[in-house]
Amino acid sequence: MAMSKRKRAGYIRYAQYGLLVVITLLVAFLADWGQIKGAFFNTEIAASMFPSVITVALKNTIIYTALGFAFGLALGLVLALMKLSSVAPYRWIATVYIEFFRGVPALLVFIGIYYGVPIAFQMQFPPLTTVMLALGGVGAAYMAETIRAGIQAVPKGQVEAARSLGMSSSRAMITIVIPQAFRIILPPLTNELILLTKDSSLIYILGLFREQYELTKFGRETLSRSPSLTPILIAGLCYLIITLPLGYLSRYLERRGTTGGRKKVSA
Amino acid sequence: MSDVAVEITGLKKSFGPLEVLKNIDLKVNRGDVVCIIGPSGSGKSTLLRCVNVLEEPNGGKIVVNGTELTDPDVDIDSARTKIGMVFQGFNLFSHLNVLANLTVAQRKVLKRSEEESSKIALHNLERVGLSEKAHSMPAQLSGGQQQRVAIARALSMDPEVMLFDEPTSALDPELVGDVLGVMRQLADEGMTMLVVTHEMQFAREVADKVIFMDGGYIVEEGPAADVIGNPQEPRTQEFLARVLDPTHHGPSDPV
Repeated sequence: MAMSKRKRAGYIRYAQYGLLVVITLLVAFLADWGQIKGAFFNTEIAASMFPSVITVALKNTIIYTALGFAFGLALGLVLALMKLSSVAPYRWIATVYIEFFRGVPALLVFIGIYYGVPIAFQMQFPPLTTVMLALGGVGAAYMAETIRAGIQAVPKGQVEAARSLGMSSSRAMITIVIPQAFRIILPPLTNELILLTKDSSLIYILGLFREQYELTKFGRETLSRSPSLTPILIAGLCYLIITLPLGYLSRYLERRGTTGGRKKVSA
Repeated sequence: MSDVAVEITGLKKSFGPLEVLKNIDLKVNRGDVVCIIGPSGSGKSTLLRCVNVLEEPNGGKIVVNGTELTDPDVDIDSARTKIGMVFQGFNLFSHLNVLANLTVAQRKVLKRSEEESSKIALHNLERVGLSEKAHSMPAQLSGGQQQRVAIARALSMDPEVMLFDEPTSALDPELVGDVLGVMRQLADEGMTMLVVTHEMQFAREVADKVIFMDGGYIVEEGPAADVIGNPQEPRTQEFLARVLDPTHHGPSDPV
């Protein structure tokens, strides 16, 4: 039977839609909706979480993430510059740091910093500092590679123009290259921020006080006192309050970067 | 001040095993316009880029405005402020608007005030006929406009010598005239200029001296009328025949 390619593609598409509908119906039919409602949508428990889920947990998640991101960005920039340095030992140090902290689970790093630093230096950092060091230290390893790629993506002619105007190489880096590099890497950097937001859940390991709880710890703690998984759902939705807008922002920046603003002139 | 703006003696430059400049001697008098012509790969852009040490020479001596740039102890950044450079690809700072492109080095390098640097920038934008573009971004300008902004940016540093590295090669044909017009006006005002170019008409009309380079050597030099109008060396004749009458020549010999 002769069937055109386009026609066949159409039939295959319908078959796929049909399969999706069947699977959805099957799942909906097999699930125990009464149980699910009790387990995830217990309005009483949900109500009991407010307002502290916002005023304490969400707020702390944002504070921890912001601190970690700021420190990670600064350290990541230093590591990126070291990685691009003409001084070989700088490159080695940066490579070892990046490979180590990218290759080891963040949870282990947090444990290491939380228990290791006080032993090594005979001092106890305040919790916010520990959070900043732990989250930022891991984030820096990822951001360093992104920043390095951004710096290398700035056309060589920009540095040559800057040098020809009498700027020193560090002046050219600060004034000309880094601002352009950050424009290029704004979308991937926003993604790093989203990842860091979720990684902030790992700092439950640092044994925080009640008023220092972030979303995941807060959710788990409420969970231990309730017969329902509702706290976990609420905590999860609160993460979306942060990550969804960041995702949109990232895609918006990406679109702006590829179309308007920085278009290439063919001349 | 001496009337020699640029003096190059015994200049050598290699990229790895490739010898690009082999013993170049060149003297440019103050106020002169010197055009450097030659086939691609002849070393003419490298020679120009050695004048402000964007390329580090392997040997020889370069003296610009009385400062020896090949001296290891020279403050090259400060020397470069007196040597303006215009690139084939414009190289405007893409994150800064036109005015900021013209003021950033004035403020960061020459430590001029915001007010003074803006005044100088606007004056130079006027010289290249682009006063109304002060607040545009580079990407909003045509290639010809970008190149004129690049010239104004270099002029804002008050250079004593201007280097042009194929300034019109990346432009659409109808935009070349605007840029050459600005360069001609600069020459008329007495600016010392070194120009690597394929614009024979410009070289013929504006240059005080034309240099023909091939294979890392200066093959022939002299007044434009001689080098372009009546070349003596066979290699110069061959090159000019190809450039001036491209449709009547077969493919060149493989190098």
